[in-house]
Amino acid sequence: MLQLSGNSALAETDFATLVDLRHGDAAILERIDLPGDDARRLMELGFLPGARVIAGRSGPGGDPRVFQVDGSEIALRRETARNLKVRVEPARKPRHT
Amino acid sequence: MSECSNCSSCAPAAVLEFPKNGAAPKTVAVIGPPNSGKTTLFNRLTGLRQKVANFPGVTVEQHTGVAELPDGRAVRLIDLPGVYSLQPRSEDEQVAYDVLTGNRADTPKPEAILLVLDTTNLARHLMLAAPILALGVPTLIVLNMADDLRKRGGKLELAALSAELGAPVALVSARQGEGIGQVFDFLAGAMPKPAPKGLPVLQDVPKCRQWAGQVGSEAKYHAPAPPKWTRRLDSIFLHPVWGAVIFLVVVVGVIRTIFKAALPMSKGIERLFAVSGKWVATALPDSLLRSLLIDGVWAGVGSVLVFLPQVLLLFLFIGILEDSGYLARAALIADRTMARVGLQGKSFIPLLSAYGCAVPAIMSTRTIENKRDRIATILIAPFMTCSARLPVYALLIAAFIPDRSLLGPFLGTQDAALLGLYVLGFLAAVLTAWALKSSVLKSGRTPFLLEMPSYRWPTLQSIGLRLLDRTKVFLVRAGTIILLVTVILWVACNVPPINGKLPDLEHSLAGTVGRTIEPAIRPLGFNWKIGIGLITSLAARETIVSTLGAIYGMDPKTQEQGLQAALRNDLSLGGAFALLVFFAFAMQCMSTSAVVRRETGGWTWPLLQFAYMGALAYAGAFVVNHLIG
Repeated sequence: MLQLSGNSALAETDFATLVDLRHGDAAILERIDLPGDDARRLMELGFLPGARVIAGRSGPGGDPRVFQVDGSEIALRRETARNLKVRVEPARKPRHT
Repeated sequence: MSECSNCSSCAPAAVLEFPKNGAAPKTVAVIGPPNSGKTTLFNRLTGLRQKVANFPGVTVEQHTGVAELPDGRAVRLIDLPGVYSLQPRSEDEQVAYDVLTGNRADTPKPEAILLVLDTTNLARHLMLAAPILALGVPTLIVLNMADDLRKRGGKLELAALSAELGAPVALVSARQGEGIGQVFDFLAGAMPKPAPKGLPVLQDVPKCRQWAGQVGSEAKYHAPAPPKWTRRLDSIFLHPVWGAVIFLVVVVGVIRTIFKAALPMSKGIERLFAVSGKWVATALPDSLLRSLLIDGVWAGVGSVLVFLPQVLLLFLFIGILEDSGYLARAALIADRTMARVGLQGKSFIPLLSAYGCAVPAIMSTRTIENKRDRIATILIAPFMTCSARLPVYALLIAAFIPDRSLLGPFLGTQDAALLGLYVLGFLAAVLTAWALKSSVLKSGRTPFLLEMPSYRWPTLQSIGLRLLDRTKVFLVRAGTIILLVTVILWVACNVPPINGKLPDLEHSLAGTVGRTIEPAIRPLGFNWKIGIGLITSLAARETIVSTLGAIYGMDPKTQEQGLQAALRNDLSLGGAFALLVFFAFAMQCMSTSAVVRRETGGWTWPLLQFAYMGALAYAGAFVVNHLIG
């Protein structure tokens, strides 16, 4: 994947974080930009680099949003989800299982 | 259960007699990730009734119970808070870690471990097996929720899993009681130390996950299909529009039902007390004892017991919301409001449970990692409308607000008033939180993580046991604190004798105290009788109901009127609303102050809290009395 230079905060957040996923979108987690302890806690819940994350439903206004990852459903606030960089999978229809 | 198993002092003696090669355990810890069913298993094994619910973080300190094996021997079980790893970050995780490693003075180091995992998500939950097995303590891997696994078409090979982990494995359903025999067999047998085929580097989470995945695939673990019903229900409960509407309907519906459905039952209890009171009155000669029984105990304690149905209905609803898994969704919907005042979503669950009682709510703040967030949550929890306020609200609302319809059959004036008081308490809580979080308790944000449990049917047993426990708590309070305060009050109303006769209420000790503080509460629209109630309610909020019941019951002028009518004649509308607001804000609960002291480690916070809430109550009541009166 093309690594963005990061000099434009907008470009990076705009295209490559969990916040950008809509209900039903899937993405592969690239990395977590959070301090050690916080990142570790997310990893223990299944947010590991390489994991497939599917965006689920959310609270009113899209925040916080539920993410399906590693067999569980975890709700994250926008401010946290913004720090999880992802590689978006090609668009597909929302998975209804 | 034998008599012995209830007695902790003789349980160790029973354990000492273990015949089998000395390898059987004395103390066994139950551990696992949050919401994996540890407490349900613990309750199954011990017959105890720890609180369980369908959301993560219900158990916040270790509970100890005794499990009796089929052959009559006893094992001490410790139920620990849920952890995702053995790297402690919050207080409840620290408790679990310290107990397991034998670093807690009050608990012996466990000789064996029951590791409870949710089998429907085994691959991830197995990650916890690595640090646990590395402790080298004999461990049984309890694969819980076998019923869900089967229903959703998942499977695994137990023998292969056991071989990989080098530890025995039991597939159980703690809820249904399936497979519990295997757990007892493990506890009764000689337990070998675990001999896993290999463990990952524990600090490396990705490696741990990889290891867990490998173990899972060696055991031919086939993950169950995603929970269909949970997805379907979430598409309704978390719908962008309907989700919030349903949230409101649930809240209003609960409040309305508490008011309406409890009414016939309350009337029944009231009649029971009226009839039995008359019976006692005719059976006893006119004496001081009769006065104590009728005017003190019957009028006082009886007027509180009338509200038992309301309190039970409230706990019934809380129980259903908790056990079904809806509460986690409610936390999600409300999170934005919490974020605005600077609190994290994790604060929401203690605040929700404070609708029942602030004491367990304050204890459950231990799941909050951030110290400052935790203190802020502890400080605002008593603003949430707890069940002890319900009798006070119900009495005053029924007495002062005529029952009219506001929104057709959906909302009446009385429901609206009660709803308004719930909202008022909530607003006081969030505004206080906002003030605290933007000043003295400012802190960096910690990420908000909330695991959404699958929806489950609440079981009759779990809810029934909880209602039974709440009934007990309510009756014990009525029979101890409230009874005691009522008797003291009765004495204070009958001394000192004046001219060799019993004093009238106004010149009795209680009346004198009430009249002494009257100048201070007059601006709020309260007279000295209410003043007496305010003093007694410092012990517990609902005591004011029993106090007023006893005071008006003793006064010959109001004796025949009944409490509601007596209040209507004695209190202005402004005073009544002021009293409601006063109770919404004031900190009148010794148990809560005691638990705040314990959890914050000193008297500073509970005293500040008491003073702040008292000042707010006074100011609020003053304003309301002057606006309406």
